[in-house]
Amino acid sequence: MTDALSRLLQSRDWLMADGATGTNLFNMGLTAGDAPEIWNVEHPDRIRTLYRSAVEAGSDIFLTNTFGGNASRLKLHGAQSRVSELNRIGAELGREVADAAGRPVVVAGSVGPTGDIMAPMGPLTHETAVEMFHEQAEGLKAGGADVLWLETISAPEEYRAAAEAFKLADMPWCGTMSFDTAGRTMMGLTSEGMARTVEKLDNPPIAFGANCGVGASDLLRTVLGFSALGIERPIIAKGNAGIPKYEDGHIHYDGTPELMAEYAVLARDCGATIIGGCCGTMPEHLEKMREALSTRPRGPRPTLDQITEKLGGFSSASDGTGDDATPARRPRRRSRG
Amino acid sequence: MSDEEEEIILSELDDDELVQQMMDDLYDGLKEEIEEGVNILLERGWTPYRVLTEALVGGMTIVGADFRDGILFVPEVLLAANAMKGGMAILKPLLAETGARTIGKMVIGTVKGDIHDIGKNLVSMMMEGAGFEIVDLGINNPVEEYIEAIKREEADILGMSALLTTTMPYMKVVIDTMKEQGIRDDYIILVGGAPLNEEFGRAIGADAYCRDAAVAVETAKTFIARKHNQATA
Repeated sequence: MTDALSRLLQSRDWLMADGATGTNLFNMGLTAGDAPEIWNVEHPDRIRTLYRSAVEAGSDIFLTNTFGGNASRLKLHGAQSRVSELNRIGAELGREVADAAGRPVVVAGSVGPTGDIMAPMGPLTHETAVEMFHEQAEGLKAGGADVLWLETISAPEEYRAAAEAFKLADMPWCGTMSFDTAGRTMMGLTSEGMARTVEKLDNPPIAFGANCGVGASDLLRTVLGFSALGIERPIIAKGNAGIPKYEDGHIHYDGTPELMAEYAVLARDCGATIIGGCCGTMPEHLEKMREALSTRPRGPRPTLDQITEKLGGFSSASDGTGDDATPARRPRRRSRG
Repeated sequence: MSDEEEEIILSELDDDELVQQMMDDLYDGLKEEIEEGVNILLERGWTPYRVLTEALVGGMTIVGADFRDGILFVPEVLLAANAMKGGMAILKPLLAETGARTIGKMVIGTVKGDIHDIGKNLVSMMMEGAGFEIVDLGINNPVEEYIEAIKREEADILGMSALLTTTMPYMKVVIDTMKEQGIRDDYIILVGGAPLNEEFGRAIGADAYCRDAAVAVETAKTFIARKHNQATA
């Protein structure tokens, strides 16, 4: 184990990841509709500032500004030929900031979904998906990313394609999915289903888990689902700072720094090792999270009731795991030969 | 049960049984069986419109309900919609020939400033699966694009999607422009996207907010039925 993340994991029993990228960049003046990745080239100072703000708030790991940096997403901006360049520079800027931190900080090369639906339901073939992820992975590797960080995935097929691509790039990686539909991913995968997918991979990630989705409570229910399976692999929790609320013509996330501090400590008690935020999580949230993780003792594994008491209710009654799993499909009246 | 082992010969079923079987086959996403069933009903003298509404749309309604209730998920629904499209491909030219109305036509697109499209694509696929005609404008659409398309296509429905809290207010710009041009009430306007809610839909003057693709289909059907009733009243 020679990568920076595995080394950190050996010396510490929890690590803090970063917060939001999109929310922060919009605050810095990113115009809706533009590809954030273009800023790696056009506004490198702002991207350095973004990375630095996570490091200064106490993050041990931060994600590069390359989430939409695959050919399929960049094509929407006519920038599909710039995959290598935008990812490489996104990682190089991260390398600079991490190396100047004065303590070990991991540069995680962010890789988001292609946004396409995979065959046979949709148009994206496994081969094309692997090719796209591989191209992005090579760019991040060239820029000096320590690990690759797959996130916000909903289809197991896409997760597998990325794993294969990262093997081709010979890079260690982490990968999280987004559980936003009644406790499952959009494609219907439960926390247990994801854990099974991960453990069957030829090239499994260093750590796996959940990001984004619907608020902090739901995310912790998913983490409890992972840890109940007794898998050794470290679990990642990167939840949103509450839920977006529309008020007086503008939008804000309703999670306060204090709530996110509570969330961070609970996430650790739920069994997560790598804890961070996602949409709406700003440096002030991260500071409180770091402080809480450093000063507060570990507690027992919380119950679902304790989570809702501290963080608010769940978005759905069940998440498709355990005894009260979702009702079964209609029985077919007949079968065909 | 022993009869589950039997092979079903679609052409040997009477009309009622065949329609039941086609609903099951749609549920299971069996495209070839649906195509076969459609052809059999046509041979038996069913009008294309009756095949569409009773067998196909009826079957997709069950799929939509189970999706809404968290029993089916996106992959199963897409397979069902794909089977439905197989049937539609046979019916579409016939419907055009007989001059029968299709269920409705929708122009759909993600609003200006927004580059997300997976939700919109799911709505498109499910609407198509339910028998609607879809004109997909893709992402990042300015108001001019929407208005030009709904006029050109003589659409019944305008669907707008946004995934960003920063872009959802643009929906109001589109609706306000339609009002200024005096064409707002000629169209059913449906909006959707993760950060939206019913309250927002009402506030900007849309006809409805649709929580997911299944709700979009149901809502579209309800509004289209209302429109037809008004037209004949």
